[in-house]
Amino acid sequence: MIKGSFIENLGRVYAMYTGGFLAFVILMAILELFGVGANTIGILFVAFTVVIYAVIGWLSRTMQVEAYYVAGREVPAVYNGMATAADWMSGASFVALAGGIYFGGYGYLGFVVGWTGGYVLVNSLMAPYLRKFGCYTVPDFIGTRYGGNLARFCAIVVLVAASFTYVTAQINASGTIAARALHIPFEVGVWVGLLGILLCSMLGGMRAVTWTQVAQYIVLIIAYVVPVVWMSNVQGFGVIPHFSYGDAVQRIQELEPVVGLGTAATESFAGLRILTTPHNDPQGGLDSWKFVTLAFCMMAGTASLPHILMRYFTTPSVRAARKSVAFSLFFIFLLYFTAPALATLTKLQLLDPTLPTAIIGQSFEAVSSLPWIQNWSSVGMLALSDSNGDGILQLNEFFMRPDIVVLATPEIAGLPYVISGLVAAGGLAAAMSTADGLLLAIANALSHDLYYKIIDPKADTRHRLIVARVLLIAIGALAAFIASLKLTGILGAVAWAFCFAASGLFFPLVLGVWWKRANTQGAIAGMVCGFVAGSAYLYYVFPGGMGGTPWLGIDHLRFAIIGMPVSLVAMVVVSLMTPAPDAETQAMVDEVRVPSGKTILGAAH
Amino acid sequence: MPEISQDAKQRHWAKTRSLTILVLALWFIFSFIVPWFAKDLNSMTFIGFPLGYYFIVQGSLIVFVLLIFFQNWRQDAIDDEAGVGSESDQQ
Repeated sequence: MIKGSFIENLGRVYAMYTGGFLAFVILMAILELFGVGANTIGILFVAFTVVIYAVIGWLSRTMQVEAYYVAGREVPAVYNGMATAADWMSGASFVALAGGIYFGGYGYLGFVVGWTGGYVLVNSLMAPYLRKFGCYTVPDFIGTRYGGNLARFCAIVVLVAASFTYVTAQINASGTIAARALHIPFEVGVWVGLLGILLCSMLGGMRAVTWTQVAQYIVLIIAYVVPVVWMSNVQGFGVIPHFSYGDAVQRIQELEPVVGLGTAATESFAGLRILTTPHNDPQGGLDSWKFVTLAFCMMAGTASLPHILMRYFTTPSVRAARKSVAFSLFFIFLLYFTAPALATLTKLQLLDPTLPTAIIGQSFEAVSSLPWIQNWSSVGMLALSDSNGDGILQLNEFFMRPDIVVLATPEIAGLPYVISGLVAAGGLAAAMSTADGLLLAIANALSHDLYYKIIDPKADTRHRLIVARVLLIAIGALAAFIASLKLTGILGAVAWAFCFAASGLFFPLVLGVWWKRANTQGAIAGMVCGFVAGSAYLYYVFPGGMGGTPWLGIDHLRFAIIGMPVSLVAMVVVSLMTPAPDAETQAMVDEVRVPSGKTILGAAH
Repeated sequence: MPEISQDAKQRHWAKTRSLTILVLALWFIFSFIVPWFAKDLNSMTFIGFPLGYYFIVQGSLIVFVLLIFFQNWRQDAIDDEAGVGSESDQQ
């Protein structure tokens, strides 16, 4: 495949790919009609998609620095938007977002607003300027703007801390899905997942990850939206449910007092929950405060997470970088405005006694013989218990693991199994694409910034790219090893990654462009103080740490509310106490603000 | 590419800054003010949704998407006017 013609033919290549994928789904549906078992279909879905990603990864192999680190800076805006969307939407958002909304109500929706609104910050404050800079990695910007290896090193530490907590959760998710689809133990599934992830990234670096992420986005968005629309049509909620589920929200609010929402369960099952939080009942006051603090942490984290920012280094120009932020958010929005519809309609189907799918308030015996209830209870992800012995299933007798809402919805609505296989492929695509982006962000920072810029600046290209790949494998193996230990609380890790990045990197990045007076000492102080303050507060407030009482409801999901102000104050105070940056640095900042012309750092620096 | 005067650079940056402030103000309203008052907004309905709920699951999200497209449209105009809209030479 010739490179130039590949870029020119992107539309055709991905249209063929999408058509091929849809044809594969239809083929699976036909196989299901002919009586092929659910397990075989699950294995075929996972195997087929992973082989495709691996082929793309192999075709994109490269030994050029520019291609390895920034995909040759030739990714068109729309495709970079898709790749960023896949990079962004993790296994957790694919699998757990709708479940979170189902169980968490208003409080959880802070994630939805935060994980979309953050792109306004990326577009306004970061992406165009970092693109103009021409860096390969985020520490590359910090190191050049502020000068000195210490600033660069601090940025590497924050980057690794934030990305590594995140990548473990992703490898965990891909391991879980691989284990379930291929019927292998979780500990083996984790390594199979890692193998797939490395196949996509190792040979071609950023170039390979870009083109596999585009392919993964197409799979994951089809896998998310198709079941919801299909379910809505089968159950009579409207052709496109997104605009018509308002009545369902109001109906749930009417039903909640009737079904006894809020009555505590009298029994408990490990890892399973009953529904206790109202679907839509903001209380104002502290409730509002908790919402906006969570949203703010997620937004600032979005604008500081290196695996997202580095995607904007791959576009051909500053203007294309901005355009691709707009498309990124559009593609992310497609999933994020579907998730609440999914959560609402699934909940209504279970609660509303006038619907055939209702289970709450129905005969206990009838409900426990439903196939989907039996499937999920046999793997311990769902449980029923007639606690009060009246033969009727109450809301506080129905226990479920939050993250099965997405996976169980097709079965609740009685859709064919092929849809469940599709959802598994989508979840795997989401987890793999995010893990790839994160692993590459870590390995590139270590190989480019730590090894090449700090340890051995004379290393030749071949050597640098071999080091990059060795690090990629080593970090991936370490993350898979930690994931296989099944440490508890790994899902909180997603919110932590955002808070770590926001605490340590947000202000040094923003002020590097927007405040000329910011200097080396200030940036170091900002990174160190913000990161340390945030981490210390996390240790204070996390139940596994000191377990202290949160101040003003600032719990371990929003510790950047402590870290960020400390970072800002430290950076401003220390900058003003030390000499202003030299004329050369100030001229560099002026140059970054002009969108046209050559990048600050030359090609292959 | 012709060299741009220091003066033109400053005017370009002043306009960029004003646009950014405007965008961030709108962002602030739909990220924080509107969700903060979700309880009060819920007394109204919009296409069948309680209004406060509508904004946090859909309305604010749509505003964010449109806001970025709007910002880029204005920023491109600002860049072109100042003669710094060229996309070549950035490999």
